[in-house]
Amino acid sequence: MHTVDYSFLQALWFILIAVLWIGFFVLEGFDFGVGMLLRHVGHTDSDRRAILHAIGPVWDGNEVWLLTAGGATFAAFPLWYASMFSGFYLALFLVLVALIIRGVSFEFWGKDDRPRWRATWEWTMVIGSFLASLLFGVAWANIVKGVPINAQQNFTGSLFTLLNPYALLGGVTLVLLFLSHGAIYLNMKTAGDLPERARGVARWASPAAAVAGIAFLVWTVINMTDRTGASLAVAIVGAITAVLLATAAVSELVRRPGIAFGISTAAIAMLFVTLFVDLFPNVMPSSTSARFDLTIANTSSSSTTLTIMAIVAAVMVPIVLAYTAWTYWVFRKRISPEDFDLTTKNPFDLVGSGGSGAGPDAGGAPAG
Amino acid sequence: MTALDLARLQFATTTIFHFLFVPLSIGLAFYVAVNQTLHYRTGKEVYARQVQFWGRLMLLSFAVGVVTGIIQEFQFGMNWSEYSRFVGDIFGAPLAMEALIAFFLESTFLGFWIFAKGRVSPRTHLTSIWLVSVGSILSAFFIIAANSWMQHPVGYKLVRGKPQLDNIWAVITNNTAIAAYIHVIMAAALTVSLVTIGVAAHHLRREHQVDTFTTAIKVALPILVVGAIGSFFAGDQLARLLVKQQPMKMSAAEALFDSEAPAAFSVFATGDFTANPGHTNRNLKIPHALSLLATRTWDGKVLGINQLQEQYVAKYGPGNYVPYVAVVYWSFRIMVYLFGAMALFALVGLILWRRGRLATSRRFQLIAIWMAITPFIVNTAGWVMTEVGRQPWIVQGLMLTKNANSPLVSTAQVAGTLIGFTLIFTVLGGVALWLFLREARKGIHDAPLTPDGADVPDLTLSY
Repeated sequence: MHTVDYSFLQALWFILIAVLWIGFFVLEGFDFGVGMLLRHVGHTDSDRRAILHAIGPVWDGNEVWLLTAGGATFAAFPLWYASMFSGFYLALFLVLVALIIRGVSFEFWGKDDRPRWRATWEWTMVIGSFLASLLFGVAWANIVKGVPINAQQNFTGSLFTLLNPYALLGGVTLVLLFLSHGAIYLNMKTAGDLPERARGVARWASPAAAVAGIAFLVWTVINMTDRTGASLAVAIVGAITAVLLATAAVSELVRRPGIAFGISTAAIAMLFVTLFVDLFPNVMPSSTSARFDLTIANTSSSSTTLTIMAIVAAVMVPIVLAYTAWTYWVFRKRISPEDFDLTTKNPFDLVGSGGSGAGPDAGGAPAG
Repeated sequence: MTALDLARLQFATTTIFHFLFVPLSIGLAFYVAVNQTLHYRTGKEVYARQVQFWGRLMLLSFAVGVVTGIIQEFQFGMNWSEYSRFVGDIFGAPLAMEALIAFFLESTFLGFWIFAKGRVSPRTHLTSIWLVSVGSILSAFFIIAANSWMQHPVGYKLVRGKPQLDNIWAVITNNTAIAAYIHVIMAAALTVSLVTIGVAAHHLRREHQVDTFTTAIKVALPILVVGAIGSFFAGDQLARLLVKQQPMKMSAAEALFDSEAPAAFSVFATGDFTANPGHTNRNLKIPHALSLLATRTWDGKVLGINQLQEQYVAKYGPGNYVPYVAVVYWSFRIMVYLFGAMALFALVGLILWRRGRLATSRRFQLIAIWMAITPFIVNTAGWVMTEVGRQPWIVQGLMLTKNANSPLVSTAQVAGTLIGFTLIFTVLGGVALWLFLREARKGIHDAPLTPDGADVPDLTLSY
């Protein structure tokens, strides 16, 4: 078919996958951050329940961005998917472990009120959230930097290849960014003592994230093999990111939590925009030889598959965004530990949801 | 064991564990939605209590199902990179569609359903549980379409030896996919109805909350009957497709080593203890039954394993094209025999309902409790037959399993992650089962749902 169309489709899918990853990081980023802060910001069971409820309705949907990014990579760039997932084998195993222990803690935590039970599922939440953040940072730094890949497109390194200083800085950056992002989210979404404690975290985490993030950006630019034009683009988006990070660092001073959260979101998004601009048109450069670089051209599906999936995405993404936005709107209220003080004694009694108000007031718009 | 063996074992372990929860979650979402609809329509409190009680169990099932589902998507790339490279042009599309069309819907509205009660109108809240149900039922379709393509590849053309998508519609409407999908959804119906009836029977035996749990059975029995009839016809359809598309699997499932016309259905057979014994030692048979099942004729010929092996060698070159016969044979037997027990149980349930003895028949209740375990065995057996029966192929006729695993992932790595996953599943499965049984035994909450008549923001305080 038309080769121009084909390379356009490949570029389009690169952008779409970038969007999915960015969506994942800005959304799940705050619930990773909140997860890490569960015990630090929440002191009592009521506090912790309020914190879990601040992300409870949305975390699972947030995680679907990751599944979609994975599925889209498989569909659009199967050779990239195959090399990346088999190459990052043990790292991804640890990611899976982290996501599993953290995912079930939402469900298990409230099922019993013995202190040891609660503590167990709090720690799985904290550790799982931390480990996932760290590993995603390490993984993406490695993807951008390049890893040993042979002529058969197979990764020839080990887990320790991935643990290089640049990648570790990427991991630390993401942990700090998500801590700050989560703290800013809690400041916006909770009531009582929690926002003040969350701001206390943001006061150190945001500047630390800015320092690490800017160092990471500088290193990223230094690492770049010279590609005129691309270097300039990376320098520009990198500079915007740096400004945003610096702004986020002091945004705790802004007394408008929503604005602070917006800046934090933009900073995380721009950091990944920088990485993706740097990456393009590669998807995973080879540190062994530039000839073995994985690119959008040598890893993609056929133009038929890319076209069909583009149509599916064009129809579905707006619908998904619409109902996701709507649910965030429904859950816009702040959540206070005081809401739970009475009921924490017997959490089992009030679970599920009976739809008990049915009948008389049926119909009508969301009450909000 | 080689890295390949371990990768296969890992796939079996993670998929079987995941699929213990999948049909239960699909079924419970539907069951809760039905009860919530009944409550919305009639205003009867008994249905609201069902929603509350079964909803809790549903969330437990979803929690484990969702987290173990992530592994499924990752492990194609992790352990099966050559497979992913080979089939990616076709196989990735349904996975991406599943995420975009089904997972977002299911996850977003599950969270919404849990937490939005009292913040939105009852109708909106009811809609949200239906969206969860629809999302979960849809997600099964895409994954079954992907799996069915491995059983019966369609809609592709070979370009430089690799399958390339030619017709997505053919992939979506693959006859194997349609039959297998209905089969799986009906299995979910069987699973949820038998589990709910079993839990309800446990309480009825103790004369505990008799009205509520009798109602639970009355909502579940029609689902059981539909599930039994539906999975019978879908399974029958699938068997006839097998004869055409994967004859080796069908013959292995029957331990039919040499072609027969008319062909008999094997009831109980033994053979030497090897992968392919070549003949049966003892074989109790029903004459003509396999001909009827496979060809819809009284005397139809069904090819035997030995003849098919010769055909495959002629077609694909030297090699062993016979799966582990005993595994396929016995997984098929377990599925069919236990299904027979389910169908019989459904019939007895209907008769007792007619006679108004559901709440009083002690024997029915005792059997019901044990029947609650059977769907999990049947579901597992069904997948074991499907996947083991396809061997040595990973994609029928196109790619051998031995060529599909990740070439540079070492034995130690696969062994390590296998041990890791097994440990996690043991703990997770143990905790989930313990919580499930504890919640199930507790019964339905008795206190008024809405103290002071106010719609309490019952923010699902199991969270």
